[in-house]
Amino acid sequence: MGVWIAIAVTVAGCYAVKLLGLSVPAAVLERPLMRRLAALVPIAALAALIALQTFADGRTLVVDARAAGLAAAAVALLLRAPFLVVVAVAVVVTAAVRALTG
Amino acid sequence: MTTAPPQKPHSGLPPKPRSAVVRDALGVGAAVGLSGFAFGVTSAGAGMTLAQTCVLSLLVFTGASQFALVGALGAGGAPLPAAAGALLLGVRNAFYGLRLSQVLGLPAAVRPLAAHWVIDETSAVALAQPDRRLARLGFTVTGVTLYAGWNVTTLLGALGAAALGDPAAWGLDVAGPAVFLALLLPMLRDRSAAAPSARAGAAPAPGQGGEGTATARPARAALLRHEVAVAALAVVLALACVPFLPAGVPVLVAVLAAPAVLAVAALRSRAAARRERSAAARAEEA
Repeated sequence: MGVWIAIAVTVAGCYAVKLLGLSVPAAVLERPLMRRLAALVPIAALAALIALQTFADGRTLVVDARAAGLAAAAVALLLRAPFLVVVAVAVVVTAAVRALTG
Repeated sequence: MTTAPPQKPHSGLPPKPRSAVVRDALGVGAAVGLSGFAFGVTSAGAGMTLAQTCVLSLLVFTGASQFALVGALGAGGAPLPAAAGALLLGVRNAFYGLRLSQVLGLPAAVRPLAAHWVIDETSAVALAQPDRRLARLGFTVTGVTLYAGWNVTTLLGALGAAALGDPAAWGLDVAGPAVFLALLLPMLRDRSAAAPSARAGAAPAPGQGGEGTATARPARAALLRHEVAVAALAVVLALACVPFLPAGVPVLVAVLAAPAVLAVAALRSRAAARRERSAAARAEEA
């Protein structure tokens, strides 16, 4: 039930945000401060999510196979690999490290 | 949804045939639509049912938010903090919509339908077109291709993950972070990818429209520095919160890195201006 509530809120919120952009007068969102925040908030959220989903295990911080997978993804990105290759590399390296370290 | 190609300025582009627009739009739509597979697998791995996974792709239809939501729920996050984190990533779509509404000139009746497709890739394709007719064409073809591809591959990914069994054993739990990293790096390198509303459109972006003058460069470097600072501070804040806050909440705290960095930057530029003024005053006295 909780999952469906989260899904409903996300559906409604994400749609509202999209419609808002198409509907409001440009002046409201075009203020320089709003524009800077809009560019920086997703950066903060993405960076935090990367760190959390790689190094958090419940309420403890760990460095495990996920870190190796993420590092491999970073290398693939720097080599300009296509999106799906980046994800595949991360997954394969993580699985390999897990298999090797038991 | 994934890495959008860097924005090209809307104006000043040579006219191009409709077939070229359709080809570009189909290419972007198909390439990115495929990545729904990664979402389907990740979502199933995070414990979502097939119905929940497919509803997310059908009705949320903005990839980063979907990955964030299932990641937070999979880590045991409460529903509302998890949804809040997903919404924070969706905020940028409002700024795409802002620019699109000027470029597409949609009638009020069409807006609620078109809104659902306002995402990274449709915006990138539409804003790269030289006129309204081609922008509408690019937006529509990218939207159709991407929506179909994203939802079909989400379904396949979710079914495939169920067949695989424990997703952690296959390393599938890093698909989410890898996707986020692919989204994040271009934002740190090139501001136009993060906020097309600021650049695409009326004025050509510095370095893109052939006017990468010396005056434009320092501003560009400063922007990059702020973005890296925000990312670094967000990582520190998020990890520092992990032992103390329930899953899903640390990301909300970490987002405060954005206003914090902007506030520090404003204070520093004000202090620098004061120093300059007093230096000028001293020079005058001497």
